[in-house]
Amino acid sequence: MARTMAEKVWAEHVVRRAEGEPDLLYIDLHLVHEVTSPQAFEGLRLANRPVRRPDLTIATEDHNVPTENILAPIADPVSRTQIDTLRKNCSDFGVRLHPMGDIDQGIVHVVGPQLGLTQPGMTVVCGDSHTSTHGAFGALAFGIGTSQVEHVLATQTLPMTPFKTMAVTVNGSLNEGVTAKDIILAVIARIGTGGGQGYVIEYRGEAIRELSMEARMTVCNMSIEAGARAGMIAPDDTTFAYIKGRPHAPQGADWDAAVAHWQSLGTDDGAAYDHEVVIDAADLSPFVTWGTNPGQGVALDGAVPAPEDFASPAQRASTEKALAYMGLQAGTPMRDIRVDTVFLGSCTNGRIEDLRAAAEVIKGRKVADDVRMLVVPGSMRVKEQAADEGLDAVFRAAGAEWREAGCSMCLGMNPDQLKPGERSASTSNRNFEGRQGKGGRTHLVSPLVAAATAVRGTLSSPADL
Amino acid sequence: MEKFTVHTGRAVPLRYSNVDTDQIIPAVYLKRVSRTGFEDGLFAAWRANDPEFVLNKPEFEGGTVLIAGSDFGTGSSREHAVWALQDYGFKAVLAPRYADIFRGNSLKGGLLTVVLDEQVIERLWDMVEADPATEVTVDLERREVRAPGIAESFELDDYTRWRLREGLDDIALTLRHTEEIDAFEARRASWSPVTQ
Ligand code: SF4
Repeated sequence: MARTMAEKVWAEHVVRRAEGEPDLLYIDLHLVHEVTSPQAFEGLRLANRPVRRPDLTIATEDHNVPTENILAPIADPVSRTQIDTLRKNCSDFGVRLHPMGDIDQGIVHVVGPQLGLTQPGMTVVCGDSHTSTHGAFGALAFGIGTSQVEHVLATQTLPMTPFKTMAVTVNGSLNEGVTAKDIILAVIARIGTGGGQGYVIEYRGEAIRELSMEARMTVCNMSIEAGARAGMIAPDDTTFAYIKGRPHAPQGADWDAAVAHWQSLGTDDGAAYDHEVVIDAADLSPFVTWGTNPGQGVALDGAVPAPEDFASPAQRASTEKALAYMGLQAGTPMRDIRVDTVFLGSCTNGRIEDLRAAAEVIKGRKVADDVRMLVVPGSMRVKEQAADEGLDAVFRAAGAEWREAGCSMCLGMNPDQLKPGERSASTSNRNFEGRQGKGGRTHLVSPLVAAATAVRGTLSSPADL
Repeated sequence: MEKFTVHTGRAVPLRYSNVDTDQIIPAVYLKRVSRTGFEDGLFAAWRANDPEFVLNKPEFEGGTVLIAGSDFGTGSSREHAVWALQDYGFKAVLAPRYADIFRGNSLKGGLLTVVLDEQVIERLWDMVEADPATEVTVDLERREVRAPGIAESFELDDYTRWRLREGLDDIALTLRHTEEIDAFEARRASWSPVTQ
């Protein structure tokens, strides 16, 4: 029978199937960070259980880490406790950890792929919803809660009921200046923040095939913002070229065996999805959000909508609430919105290509007066690579702040936060109320829009410069 | 985990849809390393800034059943959202739809999240707002929610229901199948990556 990629990967990982029970699914890779793991390790200790497969587990410090003076003790005692707890847990249970200052430290979803640990056909989990990022490789990767983290640590498996499948096909090629971020923001605006609920979304079509590996990660990363459990893209030569030669990539005869297997994973012709969405790449343009959920987005050429623009009373109410929180007037052209802060980083857009794209725009220009721009590489390796290419100098010369790797202002668990009422253009993935700091207002944008916005001080695309 | 059979309690009407986990418990409360004591973080921003917020109204104090709008629990996977609701005293949530991860977390942790039709939720909201002393019963035995004039059945798969009723921990259940896990591991491809 013709099967989808998600169904194939699922089937390959079923340890046990019994009538009336969820499938017991084997987990190939478990990523761990300091925020969602302490209670899981505490649970293991209380029950006197070991980590079953420390060799399929890897930890990094990301959410709480300061992006300045990383070798000094963390000032916030609570953040420090979380980091110290992770260090103790990893050492007690034999889990490999990349702490601050380590060259392989960084945001958990940047680190896995970079090390070559994320590979096609795997099951990957992490106590973090943006685990969907790893689906860009054709892995089935999804976020889990802390008790599931404990479950995977103890058993290397998870009881799960199968997801439904959705195909999002993006036909044709993207126009100049339109990026992976614009694709996914448009998809979310189209299907809504609940539209993907219960589904694994498989992204397909010419525009997706033409994306680089890093851009594919951007797309899959925000599957969760559409409500989906996971996003996937069929592995192809772009995928294999990215993995080859990385520290944990298969080698020699193993490589050939692995590639042969990976090539069999794509969705079979004629396989049926539970739901299908088709988008024409030619219709896409730079996309930005105006509201307080990622589905509240509009083309940069557009204007802030009015509550009356929406049919359902619930949407009208949430629009009204969002406009009040965001301090925006309906009808204001998006390009007239002035920002205080530009944040370039996160697991959505903190990889080397994102920094290159933004640097290209900002090169030889200046960040506008009254705008602060924070550039936070997704990992220490990204930071090092950027420095080798001279990108740090480009950002510094423009007046941007060049920081150490971590989640940073994506969620403001470290000192990088918006002040109440401050407005940001941010390449991250969530524009929820207070996400980037209490009272902060967030517009989600692509790295290109972020860079152009930093220069003009109002939401802009490179074409406006 | 506490067993869940039948629960009766007063209800709290939360007339918002799309309540994300950042609202249920803001990130700053995630810095703790303990498993309990998250009640102060529950809806912290709304409780601090909005005197009209439902949990600030004395008549809804002590409610144990939260009645929320659609897409409750969207956003991050933080299980702290479930702990915060439980630590505050909630035993069950009623809503037309939930975010998947939140729903999974809640059912694992013993917080019963019930899906009810939007119209039923509306009726419950109206009823509870009119009389905050109204008692709502969430009956897992019969898979039914009851309130004066309302008896609505809900769906929940047999397996989850059994687990909740027995108060069973998933890990202990899985460890019964260790031999099958061993056998699976023996068949994994030799080139599957390891971290060490
Ligand atoms: S960068 Fe943001 S979204 Fe990504 S893992 Fe960190 S906090 Fe989560």
